[in-house]
Amino acid sequence: MSTTGIITNAIRTKLQSALQTKHLEVINESHMHNVPKNAETHFKVVVVSDKFDGLALIKRHRLVNDILKDELQNGVHALSIVAKTPEQWDSSDKVVESSPNCRGGFGK
Amino acid sequence: MNSIIRRSFYPIYNNTYKLTCRLLADAKINEKIDKIVKDNKVVVFMKGVPDAPRCGFSNAVVQIMRMHAVPYESHDVLADENLRQGIKDYSNWPTIPQVFINGEFVGGCDIMLQMHQSGELVEELKKVGIKSALLTADEAKKEENK
Repeated sequence: MSTTGIITNAIRTKLQSALQTKHLEVINESHMHNVPKNAETHFKVVVVSDKFDGLALIKRHRLVNDILKDELQNGVHALSIVAKTPEQWDSSDKVVESSPNCRGGFGK
Repeated sequence: MNSIIRRSFYPIYNNTYKLTCRLLADAKINEKIDKIVKDNKVVVFMKGVPDAPRCGFSNAVVQIMRMHAVPYESHDVLADENLRQGIKDYSNWPTIPQVFINGEFVGGCDIMLQMHQSGELVEELKKVGIKSALLTADEAKKEENK
């Protein structure tokens, strides 16, 4: 039985199908932030796809943002993106750094 | 008769009024943001202020700017809810922080980090006449080694 959330799954499914990802990691980082337990508000995605070939970094990010438009308008308010082509991913050390620590945000 | 008119007319009037106000507010914030990004070479829309960022991602951008000693204008979206939504609409980008160089949206934390690591940020700053402190330090080192 999977304990991953609904939004995590939705993100994974959408990115996989839209970008035919060769490698995909969807990491829920909400626990690192000033939000309730089991929240699905802060994510990091590592997306490796041929579709990024020839695209500038910002275009790659906009593409991912577009695919996840619904989630971003409904609850997800931080999305850290690593977007590489298969060649770039293979030649990298494949280490995904974790995101910066929370500094309180809007809350208390 | 009067009450029938009142009940049908007022809601329509009210909603139109609210919608108009909203459109005007949206147009106003849009203009305001446009002016900010066009009047300043480097602008950062962030959560909190450079001396006290309220978000790890915003802080990362502040630290990168500090490393390059970039003079920039910063705006706290947590202090203004209109700005917080307005900037997302303006740049069609869903998250904060947002960095503008020379009136153009450049990216958020991830992109700034990668540009900093690849050296692209130094180049972009050079294009708008800002010399990165890292470039200066680099040149000084090369002079020493000669």
